[in-house]
Amino acid sequence: MRAFVFSIMCETIAAISTAYGEGGIGIIRISGPESISILRRIFDCKGSIISRRMTYGKIIDPEDDSIIDEVLAVYMKEPSTYTGEDVVEINCHGSMVSLRKTLGLVLREGARMAEPGEFTKRAFLNGRLDLSQAEAVIDVIKAKADASYEAALSQMEGSLSRKVREIRAAVLDILVETTVNIDYPDEDIEQLTYDKLLAGLETVGEEIRKLLATADTGRMIKEGIRVAIVGKPNVGKSSLMNCLLRQSRAIVTEIPGTTRDTIEEAVSIRSIPVYLIDTAGIRETEDVVEKIGIERTKEAFNNADLIVLIVDASQPLTEEDEDILVRLENRRSLVLLNKTDLGNAVTPGDIADRSPNSDIIETCLIEEKGIDEIEDKIEALVYGGKLSQKDSIMVNDVRHEEILRKAEQAVCDAAAITRTQEALDIIEIDIREAYDRLGEIIGETVSDDVIDEVFSRFCLGK
Amino acid sequence: MEKFLMGEYDIIVVGAGHAGCEAGLAAARMGKKTLMLSINLEAVAMMPCNPSIGGTGKGHLVREIDALGGEMGLNIDKTFIQSRMLNTAKGPAVHSLRAQADKNRYHLEMKKTIEKEPLLDMKQGEVIDLVTNDGRACGVVLRTGAVYRCNAVILATGTFLAGKIFIGDSVFDSGPNGLAPSMELAEKLREYGLPMRRFKTGTPARALADSLDYDKMIPQDGDSEIVPFSFMNDELEKDQIKCWLTYTNEKTHEVIRQNIHRSAMLGGKIEGVGPRYCPSIEDKINRFPDRARHQLFIEPEGLDTDEMYIQGMSSSLPEDVQQAFYETIEGLEHLKIVRPAYAIEYDCIDPLDLKMNLENRTIENLFCSGQFNGSSGYEEAAAQGLMAGINAVLKLDGKEPFVLDRSQAYIGVLLDDLVTKGTNEPYRIMTSRAEYRLMLRQDNADLRLTELGYQVGLVKQDRYERFLEKKAVVEKETQRLKLKIISPEAANSLLEELGTAPLKSAQSLHELMRRPEVTYDNTASLDPERPELSRHQKTTMEVEIKYGGYIQKQLAQIEKFKKLENRKLSSDIDYGSIKGLRIEAQQKLNDMKPLSLGQASRISGVSPADINVLLIYLEKERRS
Repeated sequence: MRAFVFSIMCETIAAISTAYGEGGIGIIRISGPESISILRRIFDCKGSIISRRMTYGKIIDPEDDSIIDEVLAVYMKEPSTYTGEDVVEINCHGSMVSLRKTLGLVLREGARMAEPGEFTKRAFLNGRLDLSQAEAVIDVIKAKADASYEAALSQMEGSLSRKVREIRAAVLDILVETTVNIDYPDEDIEQLTYDKLLAGLETVGEEIRKLLATADTGRMIKEGIRVAIVGKPNVGKSSLMNCLLRQSRAIVTEIPGTTRDTIEEAVSIRSIPVYLIDTAGIRETEDVVEKIGIERTKEAFNNADLIVLIVDASQPLTEEDEDILVRLENRRSLVLLNKTDLGNAVTPGDIADRSPNSDIIETCLIEEKGIDEIEDKIEALVYGGKLSQKDSIMVNDVRHEEILRKAEQAVCDAAAITRTQEALDIIEIDIREAYDRLGEIIGETVSDDVIDEVFSRFCLGK
Repeated sequence: MEKFLMGEYDIIVVGAGHAGCEAGLAAARMGKKTLMLSINLEAVAMMPCNPSIGGTGKGHLVREIDALGGEMGLNIDKTFIQSRMLNTAKGPAVHSLRAQADKNRYHLEMKKTIEKEPLLDMKQGEVIDLVTNDGRACGVVLRTGAVYRCNAVILATGTFLAGKIFIGDSVFDSGPNGLAPSMELAEKLREYGLPMRRFKTGTPARALADSLDYDKMIPQDGDSEIVPFSFMNDELEKDQIKCWLTYTNEKTHEVIRQNIHRSAMLGGKIEGVGPRYCPSIEDKINRFPDRARHQLFIEPEGLDTDEMYIQGMSSSLPEDVQQAFYETIEGLEHLKIVRPAYAIEYDCIDPLDLKMNLENRTIENLFCSGQFNGSSGYEEAAAQGLMAGINAVLKLDGKEPFVLDRSQAYIGVLLDDLVTKGTNEPYRIMTSRAEYRLMLRQDNADLRLTELGYQVGLVKQDRYERFLEKKAVVEKETQRLKLKIISPEAANSLLEELGTAPLKSAQSLHELMRRPEVTYDNTASLDPERPELSRHQKTTMEVEIKYGGYIQKQLAQIEKFKKLENRKLSSDIDYGSIKGLRIEAQQKLNDMKPLSLGQASRISGVSPADINVLLIYLEKERRS
């Protein structure tokens, strides 16, 4: 029987505070004691962060040092803030994608997703809102809770919820074994070995990871993917745009805030919304526009889910090619060796030497050769090469993703100390946590499940 | 019948089982003139079922009772005949002490302790009614017509209340073990409007020792090194008895299956709900038909008797069937039954009708404890008796209730589960019910609770000083071990011997002790100047060093838990008037009047959104 642990004020919370699809700027708001330390871990800026001063810098994923977005961030020290706590606001300028990624990072670094109305609630509890507003606060909490409850329900109907229940049932199986081994030492039951326990944990961990792997897919299908097409002038960028536009059905719906200028086109490739960002022409002029162009190229490059670099196969690599190839490290990228009809001055090997993680396709775009392969690659990127669209169960809610990640972490921790043969009661703490986390997704936190299962499966007692 | 006043007390305890004994002793030791009444004084601290104290979760409860100044730990230390620490391989949180008791000596020692307690009177007599005044309990009426007046009553009626025994189709009113039941009081409590219900439990047959063939059974010995239950005892030595293990077989199951229609349990005669963890043998065979065998332990009931308890084989089948199925078991072929197995059904209260201090919501100053509250087990009963005793005294003194929360004690888990969530079967404590198990260890029960017991006035000076000393010694020695640096040269041959990696550079002994292979004792040679530590001191220090990291993690969880627990809710809040609470939550909260937001959040039917509304409400109240 687990108590429902409900936190009041000690945790740091975060959420996107601008409504989706409104304006070109998205703000992530963080509130609570960890706000500033979380910002420090993911924010790269010149100089120090000073309270109430807007600071320019980059959001960096500390795990692989990749740049997520260029942002303005502000830290406001408690108590004179909206919530009365330390607050950080990150103004993301990029796409929905980078906004989501930044939020994901904030959650990974220790914040948790804010509950409906929680910022307002904290504001009131910390004396930042007037007494006369109390009833209004209650209404906000209730309305938001009802709305999110309904949204969660409709979202959780169906395959994802079934899958989470299935995984949770597998965790329950393990918990039942540990519980019966711990609470009934003298009974005539099979002793749980570390090997058996580990096998169970690894299976569960793998299942959760599989689900998590769909989070990117879910997001990409919902929000589309951004493909930046880069390369030196006249290498075939426009040809590629044209080929993809011609072959694919152009889509009219656009997510507001993602179209930055006229060189972006939205197409549907194999039912996936794809935003093609052509950086063509950027370096071709020497005038004032160039500076803006470079900024945009950088931005397009940083925010893309996939970078397509086109290289002229008939000529040796230029300095510019080399420069871009170096930047492909840690990015999902596709290198097209174009104009293969004109010669082989550059071979796939040359590219692989410089950017080992890039996929390479030889094309002749003028003759529309290689387009199918490009579309294959885009599809593979979205579905991770594993899922097909028909049977896909996808996580497309940041909150669910966050909880699954924590559940996975707990299972990993349990597996790690099972390997080192730590005591069973210690291991069980992590297994319990995973079980409780999975329950959070489907809204089941208080339960006698374990004890009920113990008695239904085992014959126990004096 | 003529009634007459026989005496006046501060507190009267109805029942002298494990709950009643702790309640009476606690009340008297806290300075109240107390009377304990029992239908039969032979039933004082009687163990009508298994002859053992402790086990998983239950052992923890005994340690906590002891740490608070209760009697159970001391009494079993005086009277055990075999002792084992269970679960030693499964981690420090679940090490569980269990002892086989000499039943009769357990009863006699407890009775002696009660007889010697200055402010405690003990009398044989059947309570048939309460005296109430303006909804407040203020006395009891005995069958003889005697009336005792008091300011608070503690009920600890066990399985006596409207007790009914079932052996096959033989059904008769009876308390446990053939003692007289308490029928009239049961009727009166229902008349007062208390929400009563029926639970049931059962016990196996007792066999004559000489009629068993021990060559066919597997002996079970006690531990060579005895760990006492009480923190007041460090070393105990005793000759221990053996218990014996044997199994049922297909023949046993066949006999039971053929006669299953004669079982009271499965024949539908029993309306009471039994505990799932205490199934009868016919239940086991019915529910798990594929199991080829079930284990049973043969346990001596004491040193002065030849009666043996057949653990694992309770039944409500008729005596002839019992004889027939027991005889099919290896080692039991020639068994002579001394007392037959039986099932017993009894009245108890729905614990949702209680407050966290175990006071009844319907009748003021009526405190409730033990099986009467829907629990099962001697230890669970004793824990509640102790808490009811303490709280009755505090109530009379106009002091705040003594409530332990889920992060402080198994006692807290037990009471919170019963009172906040209720139970649909006789409730047994289990370590898996505790969220903060790593902190609620049996080795640190004194560190968790003795200070609190001292504050309420139950823990006396000798115990308190012992606790202070342990606390100081553990802290001091832990610090010393952090500073005690061990060089690779000094340690490596020993480490190799222990099967663990050699040191590359010098390390503190504290750090070294985190390795599973390294203990305080087996490093004595590296640390000649160490002080002499007692067993209890050593155990706690060692666990805290070895599991320090995990303990820190759990402490952080507890801190979070406490935030809601510390938000107190006054009992005069009218939840119906709070806008924003759902109707169901308003009703439940008004019924329960939870002490804190934490308790409110555990009430079924109260949602997280309701808790948020309450938070806002509290803040609003604070400001206006």
